[in-house]
Amino acid sequence: MDKVGKIIKYQLFDIFRNKWLLFYALFFFVVTDGLFRFGGGGAKVIISFMNIMLFIIPLVSILFGTMFLYNSREYIELLLTQPVKRRVLFAGLYLGLALPLVAGFVLGVSIPFALYDDGGQLATLGLLLLSGTFLTLMFTALAFFIALRNEDRARGFGISILVWLIFSFVYDGIILFASFSLADYPIEKPLIVASMLNPIDLARILILLKTDFSALMGYTGAVFQNFFGSSLGITVSLLTMLVWTMIPAILGTRTFEKKDF
Amino acid sequence: MIKIDGVEKQFGSLKVLKRIFLQIETGRVTAIVGPNGSGKSTLIKSILGLVRPDKGEIYVNGTRLNGECEYRRQIGYMPQMAHFPNNLNVGEVLYMIKDLRGEHAGLDEELIHEFGLGQEMDKPLRTLSGGTRQKVSAAIAFLFDPALLILDEPTAGLDPIASSIFKDKIIREREKGKTIILTSHIMSEIEEMADSIIFLLDGSVRFSGPVEELKTMVGGLNLERSIARMMAENDEA
Repeated sequence: MDKVGKIIKYQLFDIFRNKWLLFYALFFFVVTDGLFRFGGGGAKVIISFMNIMLFIIPLVSILFGTMFLYNSREYIELLLTQPVKRRVLFAGLYLGLALPLVAGFVLGVSIPFALYDDGGQLATLGLLLLSGTFLTLMFTALAFFIALRNEDRARGFGISILVWLIFSFVYDGIILFASFSLADYPIEKPLIVASMLNPIDLARILILLKTDFSALMGYTGAVFQNFFGSSLGITVSLLTMLVWTMIPAILGTRTFEKKDF
Repeated sequence: MIKIDGVEKQFGSLKVLKRIFLQIETGRVTAIVGPNGSGKSTLIKSILGLVRPDKGEIYVNGTRLNGECEYRRQIGYMPQMAHFPNNLNVGEVLYMIKDLRGEHAGLDEELIHEFGLGQEMDKPLRTLSGGTRQKVSAAIAFLFDPALLILDEPTAGLDPIASSIFKDKIIREREKGKTIILTSHIMSEIEEMADSIIFLLDGSVRFSGPVEELKTMVGGLNLERSIARMMAENDEA
């Protein structure tokens, strides 16, 4: 465990001197700040920001993760020839990239909220930050898994973008199509399950239901409210997100332990 | 001593190592030679644990490799191409490796001084030339005074001055009783430093033994011609 910390530490030295992390944090700061200036109250800002965040975080995490792994190939080999366990090295590399991304996002968003909001949206903001953190961890892990499984960079990047497209658009399209075609049947419960299977949808629903806009979602919205609004619903959702983060992290570790470099 | 016992490795449908049996003696310089794609790097990486053989066993000083990492404490490795985190400077990279190994005393900093790396300590690695990065990589390999040194085409990126400093260092380390494995395509260099030679061709060992024995076997020419003749014989066969 001590060695995980050391690997993270040196990676932080490297990453914090890199301009892109600063730009990433600055992007969130400027967007949140702008929404407050033009959009008004905290709840509205959260909804507008949520839509941007659910789009940007998975994309940036999966692309940076893939890029990082391909670019660090020789560095990883160097560390592998030291007396360091592979599992430890993987954890260090993964957290050393995911944690700065989380920090950039959390700081970029929190500062404008601290400046403009009176604290009325604290619970929703907390849920927003938590969802963003989970999405970062999950998509970075997915990126590592994809990059480890594919020696060919072009192929690796292609798969990463495809995975992002599926979670962001294709999945929603299929669900939408299914719910229109099956509108005559009681599909609320299958819909709940379906949205749990996509972490981006899950994050969206969790945040929406915490705001006042959930009342506008009609009958389906009420069913969702009943489930996700309850403490059981929130617990199940957070656990699902945790599982969503663990699966690619475990798959990545397994691949890393067996891989030939 | 390193013992390689029936090691096989296949990448996809390509057999890279075909049942390799070898012994690499302690206190000698052993050169691994062979054309590109003959399996040199895969063999070296198997000893380092970067590549896991499909079959067979490897023993490093009596320890059987089984995925444990502690035996690597005895190994200094210099890869063909060195890359480090771009935004770290030389001093930080050296400190990082020391910190990871938890070894801060009893270090061999001869190469750091001889290569003049002292002046480069504050420079980020991305600003260094390829040759200087190789020097850093060499310094790291020797830093912990390891019993076994594995050097993969070590002089390829070095200028003549650095290269001769490096060769002198290898010879000094051999005299101290270190085991040194190196690959190179420069036969004069191998003739200068190596005691034994392992000749790989298409993933099989074609020759393993003292350099002199190879030369007399093929007909008393110099090493470069002997190796070339062995490759040619193989093509005819």
